[in-house]
Amino acid sequence: MDNLSNYLILSAVLFSIGTIGVLVRRNIIVMFMCIELMLNAVNLTFVALSRHLGNLDGQVFVFFIMTVAAAEAAVGLAMFIAFFNNRESIDADDASLMKW
Amino acid sequence: MDISTIFFTIVSVVAVVSALLVVTCKNPINSALSLILTFFCLATFYAMLEAPFMAAIQVIVYAGAIMVLIVFTIMLLNIRADANKKSFHNVPLGIVVGIITLLTAGSFLARGKVSDLPGQITPNIIHQVGHTELIGAVMFTEFILPFEITSILLLAAIVGAVILAKRNLS
Repeated sequence: MDNLSNYLILSAVLFSIGTIGVLVRRNIIVMFMCIELMLNAVNLTFVALSRHLGNLDGQVFVFFIMTVAAAEAAVGLAMFIAFFNNRESIDADDASLMKW
Repeated sequence: MDISTIFFTIVSVVAVVSALLVVTCKNPINSALSLILTFFCLATFYAMLEAPFMAAIQVIVYAGAIMVLIVFTIMLLNIRADANKKSFHNVPLGIVVGIITLLTAGSFLARGKVSDLPGQITPNIIHQVGHTELIGAVMFTEFILPFEITSILLLAAIVGAVILAKRNLS
């Protein structure tokens, strides 16, 4: 039990660091990497709880999250390349056309 | 303190420090390398949690495939680390929101209680049958529909990536 809460606290810390990164950085590739960090923090929660409860469903979810992350990486990086071709920059502040 | 607690402490310190480096490094390549280190730490945790298959695909898919893609894109775009250009914005607000997230998660952890129902998959069974076989048995029976839908998702991602990366859409 104590072991489980250590894992959950670590996962919360990693998730918060990822949140700060998404909000604070201007480079969209680094923002993307921070989103990957948040996904991984959630994966750690899934595996820790799956181990604690003796049930493999959480680990199957982690497998699906990894698949979605791989698809997201492919589409996201293609979008960054298209963005760079249009604006000659990968700064999130340059994508302000729809900003209120 | 037993050896697994000491090992957990060391690896978690490495994971948190490298996660902080992802956020604070100015050069995206340094951020990417720190993120790979974080992923290896997470793979170590999966191995400690009796999930060797998860540890293997964490290294192969995340630290391998996805990070290679990211590093490749950074190199392809050839972004020069511009010294007089700011690489951060909204720092105080971002840190406040991050701390609020952490406190919310902490309050859930402090007030909630995880059920202690013992499941069927004990470390003994994992050692006897094998983790990969157990995962496969669950995935191809109970989760067969999500598994098939995932293939459509991947197809859509392939087509989308190819179309988006074309230089002029005509």
